Amino acid sequence: MSSVAVIDYGMGNLHSIAKALQHADSRVNVQITADASVIRAADHVVFPGVGAIRDCMHALNDSGLADVIREVAQSKPFLGICLGMQALLTDSEENDGIACLNVFSGHARRFADHMLDADGNVLKIPHMGWNQVKQNPHPLWRDIPDRSRFYFVHSYYAAPDDPRHSAATADYPQAFTCALAKDNMFAVQFHPEKSQTVGLQLLQNFLAWDGIA
Amino acid sequence: MSLAKRIIPCLDVDNGRVVKGVKFVDIRDAGDPVEIARRYDREGADEITFLDITATHDNRDTIVHVVEQVASEVFIPLTVGGGIRVLEDIRRMLNAGADKVGINSAAVFRPEFVKEAAEKFGSQCIVVAIDAKKVSQDGEENRWEIFTHGGRKPTGINAVEWAVRMKDYGAGEILLTSMDRDGTKSGFDLALTRAISEAVSIPVIASGGVGNLDHLADGIIEGKADAVLAASIFHFAEYTIEQAKKHMQSRGIEVRL
Repeated sequence: MSSVAVIDYGMGNLHSIAKALQHADSRVNVQITADASVIRAADHVVFPGVGAIRDCMHALNDSGLADVIREVAQSKPFLGICLGMQALLTDSEENDGIACLNVFSGHARRFADHMLDADGNVLKIPHMGWNQVKQNPHPLWRDIPDRSRFYFVHSYYAAPDDPRHSAATADYPQAFTCALAKDNMFAVQFHPEKSQTVGLQLLQNFLAWDGIA
Repeated sequence: MSLAKRIIPCLDVDNGRVVKGVKFVDIRDAGDPVEIARRYDREGADEITFLDITATHDNRDTIVHVVEQVASEVFIPLTVGGGIRVLEDIRRMLNAGADKVGINSAAVFRPEFVKEAAEKFGSQCIVVAIDAKKVSQDGEENRWEIFTHGGRKPTGINAVEWAVRMKDYGAGEILLTSMDRDGTKSGFDLALTRAISEAVSIPVIASGGVGNLDHLADGIIEGKADAVLAASIFHFAEYTIEQAKKHMQSRGIEVRL
């Protein structure tokens, strides 16, 4: 039986992602774990996260999971979600600047205050709700119509140094990168586990993925 | 085309059943929360909010169980409000599968609770619920005040100033209910909604008073709300969520269909 490890480093509720993975493929053994050996042994790894980046990086560094993540992110199908995506970058502007895992070269930047939409209304931060995702070709978008809406909630976004690592963009109001891809790694800013049918399809695609882009 | 305006059906849950009262009296039974949540998910609800109106502490486990069940099969954001008083209440709801919690009277009683909650769990899951009533007379400049205890107890706090303070304390979203309109089916208090939405940089959900589909659209267009919340028009099958979204779209509002 194929297995997926959901990395538990104490940042937020992992119930939803675990349930959604199980729902996406009932044959997969889903394990919520902080155990490095379980993470290394899993076929697929999911790295979720909500909250603030400082606490996230502290938790990863203190537990030793930072090194485990750097290792498995190079070796097996790996999916970062939300704060888990931002933690993969070089650094983040949040909490006055925090060094991150540097798996993807790039930066997490804050949306500017007082941005206006087309009607002249001020755009709210966090960017919260269902936004359209414009795909760049990747196996994880299989059977998901381009510009499908996914659920977002975040105030910071990923700015990769290499634009070829952008696997999708969304507009708020300018286009920003909302998915990253490189080799066996994929990461999304939105929450597939909260994005109904299209989110479950993405998780199913991930569980079926061999890590070859 | 970009971010969609949200429609959020609200389930008032009492002892494990969905109920709906008019101005907190005359409570009618509207069914099983898990079944209703499933239906709303199918119809395209953007989120679901549960308001636990259970009076006694002993029955608190019931709402946790409801959230667990819904979160196992409905994969959209879930918010739980009602009786959230300490950090442990929040942890419990998030562990049960809620994505956000609504904090209401506990914030009025001790505003620092919102700060502590946002620091501990992140602003993205902290919704501050504001129950406001108009206290200015006709001809005066509009003024709304925060009320607690189901709209019975005035606090002397200005609603707009309160919303700004809650945002500064780390609230990620405001759920704004007009106690004058709640249960009346006469539409949102649009002046109130607009005043709060323009005063804060975080999303505002309009609530209280929806009786027809134009009211939902008005809340977005005139009230400048980011999301609209309604209960009875959906529970008693007067309208489906899909009808509501199509109507909003016909009035030029971007929705997820």
